[in-house]
Amino acid sequence: MHELSIAMGIVEMAEEEAERRGGLHIVAVHLRLGQLSGVVKDALLASYQMASEDTVLKGSRLVVQEVPVVLYCPQCDAQRPASSLQWLCCSECGNPASEIVQGKELVVVGWEVEQ
Amino acid sequence: MSPGTRMIEVRQNILKQNDLTARALRQRFHQAGVFVVSLVSSPGAGKTALLEKTLTVLRNQCRVAALVGDLATENDAVRLARSQAPVKQITTGTLCHLDAAMVQSALEVWTLDELDFLFIENVGNLVCPSCYDLGEDLRLVLLSVTEGEDKPLKYPTIFNSADVAVITKIDLATAVEFDSAAANRNIQAVRPGMTVLNVSVKSSEGMEEYLEFLRLHRAAFRPNSEAHRNAGSATSSG
Repeated sequence: MHELSIAMGIVEMAEEEAERRGGLHIVAVHLRLGQLSGVVKDALLASYQMASEDTVLKGSRLVVQEVPVVLYCPQCDAQRPASSLQWLCCSECGNPASEIVQGKELVVVGWEVEQ
Repeated sequence: MSPGTRMIEVRQNILKQNDLTARALRQRFHQAGVFVVSLVSSPGAGKTALLEKTLTVLRNQCRVAALVGDLATENDAVRLARSQAPVKQITTGTLCHLDAAMVQSALEVWTLDELDFLFIENVGNLVCPSCYDLGEDLRLVLLSVTEGEDKPLKYPTIFNSADVAVITKIDLATAVEFDSAAANRNIQAVRPGMTVLNVSVKSSEGMEEYLEFLRLHRAAFRPNSEAHRNAGSATSSG
């Protein structure tokens, strides 16, 4: 249950951003969350409610965009979706992946603020 | 997007602070010439037993030390200290994983130049430690034969974050009808190409191969200085 630590990390980032830009009213935080990030969306959403109380993010929404795993398949010489998290092999030819191209993201991509 | 709002686009990794601290640690380890190995597993897979034996053997050959993380108690540090190697306990309170800052503050009083190997035993947990880079060179994930062959499929993220899988307690494999081929298949499915080592701390089976694996990786980690040393000794003897 490290999602609370992650949520607190988001709050810290938001407070820095608000301070730097002066008086931002953040209504939503937009996040890209990889399937292999090790973070569970529902647990993060619940933690976010707790972590954002009495901070600049109080009352804001956390908008999570889930990012599927994409592999590089050396056989096809192409990027392919993973068959599943339990089978990190090319969905076309079944060859084992040599590299994970996407799916480990844990990234804030936008602060949605009042005009 | 809701009406009346605008987006400030950024791209900020939430674990950026941890990653920066880990990067600084890794640089410090490399400058000091210390090879850092971390161990992750579920509670009870045998991290402390493997580490105690590792420290006991390696201590006679090189300079080793260990950090050990737990939620509470100094029990593991006491066990590991029996190896006579320097050991420090990190108690995390209720936190389920170690992070780079905890490692950094635990190392404040240590002179890293005096070490060849530093081992970091993470809190027993197959979920949370996967996210946190500790600055290690090699991450071992342990799987004991009593846990079942499908652990890698249930916890793909931690297996994916590790470099090597170590199957422990193999002296019990027959008794618990452990299917080694299935375990290997499952490991390869979630982490294609992963090295798998089999060990028993109790019977010592596989221990020498495992220790040799660590020594070889440490040698490869500083190829220039090792090559230089070997070349130097060859010259003086010739």
